[in-house]
Amino acid sequence: MSSAAPRRGPAPWLRASRVLVVLVALALGALALAWRPVIDPVDPPAASAFAPELVRRGAQLAGVGNCAACHTRPEGPSLAGGVALSTPFGVVYGTNITPEPETGIGRWSEAAFVRAMRRGVDREGRHLYPAFPYDHFVRTADEDLHALYAYLMTRDAVRAPAPENRLLFPLGFRPLIAGWKLLFLDTEPLAPNPRSSAEWNRGAYLVQSLGHCSSCHSPREVLGNEDRVRYLDGGDAEGWTVPALNVKSPSPLPWNVEQLVSYLRTGIARDHAIAGGPMQGVVAGLATASAADVLAIAVYIDSTLGSPTPSRQDLAKASRARASQPTLPPAVGPGDATLALGSNVYAHACAACHDAGRGPSSSSALQLPLAVAVHDPDPRSLIRIVLGGIRPIDANAGRWMPAFGDALTDEQLVALLAYLRRAAAGAPPWPDVAARVREVRTEPPA
Amino acid sequence: MTALAFDVNGRTQSVDVDPATPLLYVLRDDLRLNGAKFGCGLGQCGACTVIVDHGAVLSCITPVSLVVGRRVRTVEGLGRADRPGPVQQAFIDEQAAQCGYCIAGMVMRAQALLERTPNPTDDEIRREMAINLCRCGTHLRILRAVRRAASLLAASVRSSAP
Repeated sequence: MSSAAPRRGPAPWLRASRVLVVLVALALGALALAWRPVIDPVDPPAASAFAPELVRRGAQLAGVGNCAACHTRPEGPSLAGGVALSTPFGVVYGTNITPEPETGIGRWSEAAFVRAMRRGVDREGRHLYPAFPYDHFVRTADEDLHALYAYLMTRDAVRAPAPENRLLFPLGFRPLIAGWKLLFLDTEPLAPNPRSSAEWNRGAYLVQSLGHCSSCHSPREVLGNEDRVRYLDGGDAEGWTVPALNVKSPSPLPWNVEQLVSYLRTGIARDHAIAGGPMQGVVAGLATASAADVLAIAVYIDSTLGSPTPSRQDLAKASRARASQPTLPPAVGPGDATLALGSNVYAHACAACHDAGRGPSSSSALQLPLAVAVHDPDPRSLIRIVLGGIRPIDANAGRWMPAFGDALTDEQLVALLAYLRRAAAGAPPWPDVAARVREVRTEPPA
Repeated sequence: MTALAFDVNGRTQSVDVDPATPLLYVLRDDLRLNGAKFGCGLGQCGACTVIVDHGAVLSCITPVSLVVGRRVRTVEGLGRADRPGPVQQAFIDEQAAQCGYCIAGMVMRAQALLERTPNPTDDEIRREMAINLCRCGTHLRILRAVRRAASLLAASVRSSAP
């Protein structure tokens, strides 16, 4: 007869303390992985330390990277930060990247700048939020970073501390970003494509590094990372629908290099679109970039758009036919009261500029059968254009469209959108247009 | 043509015009309200600004069909020469008009702004008023007038409170 005592494990206090030890070890290990050293401060270099030609080149590259979008407040001092970026995870503020020693990057050595651009870590070793697109900037070439550093360190120093970020708990704890980087920061350099031209390769490099085009033109996944599988499938930015730049492009006419260059440098593509929303800032930047670089970007994007499929060619033909008519066809006869109202709104309020053939017309406005926005997968960009108009950003030339937000009731706007979708795009109606209109109307002003 | 009815400065008006006619032409030619001005006719200068419901609208590019059944206010509706409204008074106090052609539009845009945002920041005032152009260059006085109007309106709200 065995009378073995029941097996006894360690006392509960001992077990608990072992678990604790393991947890502490894991936490220390994670912190060690997240830890980055401080890079010693330097005395702000004198502007004369940089060759003017290098600074000029840096300025052009800053235009490609559109640094100002996040680092210059509207009407605020250049590159002094303070721009609020709304993300699904809270509000992140663009920082001061002028060479001011205390609140800017005046004490950053070039090595500190390069680490921030390529690894998302500031001079003091803190992880930076990926709202700063280092997942793209990681691929920037040494000589381009060298020029950008020269450009930034020769700007006017402005004293301006960045406001505190307002993030969802526990994202204020920066070491967590190290985990994000482990998953999503791809440090593999770009492999040049030897079968394509030097120009194409330059464009591919700029788009995937400084240009960070797919930050907005690709969809994002649940942790805010870009969906790499659906590269350039379209996404959204600041409530605007961002069109796909691959075979899924909504543009009724296929783009070509010439129209892409015109769009990227001036915001005007006669047969496609007038830049609105966040794209206006991109254009303002590219207007200051080197012409060769913009051409290279256009050459690369033209290739990602792909050659038009037979169904795209049919769409192009139908759209050209619609655009060749002097007016959009009115919705006549008995039937849909909404379409009839939309047809009237168009004829009375829009046609004077958008129809070439209806009486006095500036006929310089976009012909809507060709407009990307009426072919978009959802109506958000078109709603924003009609409500707010197109207003060039300050100190930039550009096309102007007046805002119709206060002139149109919701009912009139919904009817107009329904009519344009049918008469201009020849496409099936967008679902829930009224709900989309309410969303845009009720959002707080930026 | 059918008669189109809408409210102008508190009175129902009915006009018999082509529904595509710009609201500005109806106000000036049919209703003899000459405060709103024809500037560019393209919605780019703001001289024709009036208020529809609660928003500032460019009446030269707004067809009258859009405002049927709605409430339109023009500068004539804000006060009279002998009893100007607070925004008009502020523009007088600051002597914000030089040639005056843009001022009715400026007053209406300021009125709409202050009804929506009673205490706007300087940035908000600049951003909103930037839509209306002044060729004489009295912008700084206009900005001062809008700020003064904000405090006049706040004072009139306080004094009328029970």
